Amino acid sequence: MVIIMPENEDKTPKMDPEATQTGAKPEEMHLDDARRVKVLSPGMLVFKRFIRNKLAVIGFGILLVMFIFSFLGPLFSPYTQTEVFKGVGTMSKDYAGATYNTELRYTAVDGLQFGSAERAQFLLALGKNLESFSYGDNTYYFTNEDEGVYRIMQLETVAEVMLGIFRPLAGDTVAEDLKAAYQTAVDNKQNSFELNGITYRMTKNKKATQISIEHDVALAMLPVYDAYNQSDAQVISSYDFKLASTRAIAKEKDSFSVGNQTYSIKYNEGQATIYTSAGKEFAQVSDIIVNPLDQSLFLPVSFKSAVREAIYNDEPKFSYVDETNETEHYSIVRVNTTYNIKKETSTELIRVFEKPSGKHLLGLDNNGMDVMTRLMYGGRVSLLVGFVVIFFELFIGIIVGGISGYFGGWVDTALMRFVDLVNSIPFYPMVLIFGSVMDTLEVKPMARIFLLMVILGILGWTGVARIVRGQILSLREQDFMIATEATGLRTSRRIMKHLVPNVMPLLIVYASSGLGGVIIAEATLGFLGLGVKYPLASWGSIINVASDAYVMTNFWFMWIPAGMLILLTVLGFNFVGDGLRDAYDPKMKR
Amino acid sequence: MRNFILRRLLLGLFITFFGAMVVYTVIRCLPTSYVETIARQRASNPLSNKTYQEWLDQLNSVYKLDVGIIPGFIGWMGNAIRGDFGESWHFGIPVTEKFNQVIWYSVIINIITFLVEIFLSIPLGNLAATKQYSKTDYAITVFALAGISLPTFFLATILKYVFSIKLGWFDLYGLTGRFYTSMTPFQQVLDIGYHMVLPVVTLTMLSIGGLMRYNRTNMLEVLNSDYIRTARAKGLPEKVVINKHAFRNTLIPLVSYMSYLIPSMFGGSLITETLFQIPGIGYISFQAIVRGDIPFAMFYTTFLLLLTQISLILADIMYAVVDPRVRAN
Repeated sequence: MVIIMPENEDKTPKMDPEATQTGAKPEEMHLDDARRVKVLSPGMLVFKRFIRNKLAVIGFGILLVMFIFSFLGPLFSPYTQTEVFKGVGTMSKDYAGATYNTELRYTAVDGLQFGSAERAQFLLALGKNLESFSYGDNTYYFTNEDEGVYRIMQLETVAEVMLGIFRPLAGDTVAEDLKAAYQTAVDNKQNSFELNGITYRMTKNKKATQISIEHDVALAMLPVYDAYNQSDAQVISSYDFKLASTRAIAKEKDSFSVGNQTYSIKYNEGQATIYTSAGKEFAQVSDIIVNPLDQSLFLPVSFKSAVREAIYNDEPKFSYVDETNETEHYSIVRVNTTYNIKKETSTELIRVFEKPSGKHLLGLDNNGMDVMTRLMYGGRVSLLVGFVVIFFELFIGIIVGGISGYFGGWVDTALMRFVDLVNSIPFYPMVLIFGSVMDTLEVKPMARIFLLMVILGILGWTGVARIVRGQILSLREQDFMIATEATGLRTSRRIMKHLVPNVMPLLIVYASSGLGGVIIAEATLGFLGLGVKYPLASWGSIINVASDAYVMTNFWFMWIPAGMLILLTVLGFNFVGDGLRDAYDPKMKR
Repeated sequence: MRNFILRRLLLGLFITFFGAMVVYTVIRCLPTSYVETIARQRASNPLSNKTYQEWLDQLNSVYKLDVGIIPGFIGWMGNAIRGDFGESWHFGIPVTEKFNQVIWYSVIINIITFLVEIFLSIPLGNLAATKQYSKTDYAITVFALAGISLPTFFLATILKYVFSIKLGWFDLYGLTGRFYTSMTPFQQVLDIGYHMVLPVVTLTMLSIGGLMRYNRTNMLEVLNSDYIRTARAKGLPEKVVINKHAFRNTLIPLVSYMSYLIPSMFGGSLITETLFQIPGIGYISFQAIVRGDIPFAMFYTTFLLLLTQISLILADIMYAVVDPRVRAN
């Protein structure tokens, strides 16, 4: 191709030296001087037109950056695409619960029963502020030993007194000393007396007063006992021990004795610790229950004690040194009347959704992987898929279009109807069907990429075939084709060597614009979760996390960079395609 | 002309028929385990009132899975021609009934989009062409190419991020607001319209570029033709030259281009509707396809095939209607 270069053409600095020299003295040159005419190859001409188009050059620059980013970037990235970053973090896990005890706990005297029916009657009586209650044939009486501690006794009526007349209810007569003791008690306004080591209680029954022998049945109490040593639990839960200890605690005594054992008590805030005579910790009494969430876990008393102390002091945090001498940290969260004790364990956590930092320029994603690195590897996949698919489309399209255009006739009609057919198959529904089938069959991530390429290629080659056919239809009538026929070239050679190269410009334009389309299609599939799968990445599948509104709202660095990369790349391909179209199309020549 | 239309119709039917056959073949070539799994899943669904075997039998009866592909397809086609597309697995009602419920949302959205697109892209395309290589032209070209280059999902997500989350102007999802049921019919219409804003903006931004560039190219071609030079030589004002002489002649390719938009107008927009969870044909068929609802997938693809063919035929007819030269031939 030949173009005339005007002398004052300043847009072409690369003239051969001779021309530039003579260009200074234009009057010495004839109009048809051969030196005024610069011969450019068609390729050079296209290139010149291309680089004059600013948008095309910008697009080319964008693509260059993208390729460097995707293909060279990973070499300089300190991380790999599947590297999961973990960090040590404190995880507070519910460990135990504590609450002020509001439910009475019952301790029955050895060998006696205080069943639930009796308990219910007792609670009713307590609620009505009565002193006694009965269940079945038995009458019970109870006294308040201390705050939240009730001693429940069973009464066995021996006599009834009405207007000074004694009526025996057990045995035949009422002993005189009993009568006398009763009288003294009435005089002293007491309601119980002791005689011969037996305690008698006087209760009102309508107008009569009943005298009964009382014997202990059970203790109902709010304070909770915790044994320091599991083997002592038996002793501690015994009636005698509890009675003696609560009485001692009620009076804030320093010691008490049960049987032949003496115990000492130390008080601390709301809890009391009972020591054996040897000075060893024996039991702890408190009104706070501490229970492990995991019932199989045994909480040592010292831990419970620490919890209680923290609750009494209103401390939100406390630490506790466990048996293995390790200090563990706990926090207490109050929910209504219960306290949740959370153990703060330092565990290795995957650092998900970490904000961008110096080490991770675009932060970490939902799997704790470096977003920047994944974008690089994702770019490789996206660009590679684009190129492979386009080459695949070109391959099929050139063959089908070439045959169709070259042979014409019924071959052409048949092939073109076939092209129409393939072209009419709806793209997204078909790809979605394939995607969900691959999901069901659990195709491996790598195989998935290749299948994806094949599917995209099979659905997309018709455009190429049409272009090639159309071009070849007009080209084959031209003289150079007659020449090839005259020289007796093989058909395949004539198509491939002489026709296809002439279609190439159009195909290059088509391919560069088409690449953008393929990348968008691949990204859309990835976004819908049907494309490239974890652990491999593509730009589309990286944005996939943004379909979760929470991630979209809070972690812009997860999806905006990937989206911008897709946009820029596709824009780059479109700019280049546009520029090439203008450069090849003589009509558009400026 | 009648012969041409007749031939075109026959070709359209032919392609629809074979297109449906290709889709049917693909669906039939799916590994049977897949179909069985879906049948099992449907059967174990507590809402299902059929057993696994019944589902499988239904599948077999509708798709003739127990016979070969060709007889099976003919059987399906026979049912389909009579309007029987079977019962959707995912929705549990006849496919055509579900289709009738949802299609109009898509059509309304797409018609609005179409109108907005036309009103924006034609003036912009004309402007770009008349001021070729000016700053305006470059700006419009970049804008158009950016629209073409934007992936639907990214644009939709960005719009949602900016207008729903940051500014709080629109709801994130759905076609109706929270208080929809307690509204008067007029407010309900307004509410639906309000929820359609973001989807329409998305669709418009994506499709506007193509039409704008198409219009620009056509306009450029027309502006270089002799009759425009004549018009200018007559001393007509530039306005009249552009609007009367040039623009009218760009309408010929434009009308046929618009015919190509028919499939997207009635076929719904799968991605956009899915992202905004608009219960149109696109979103519904996405759900159906992803869940392996074969009757619905078959129906939807056949519907799209038909639409494409109708649009192609219409484009050809429109050519003849608009351009007397074509009619003469």
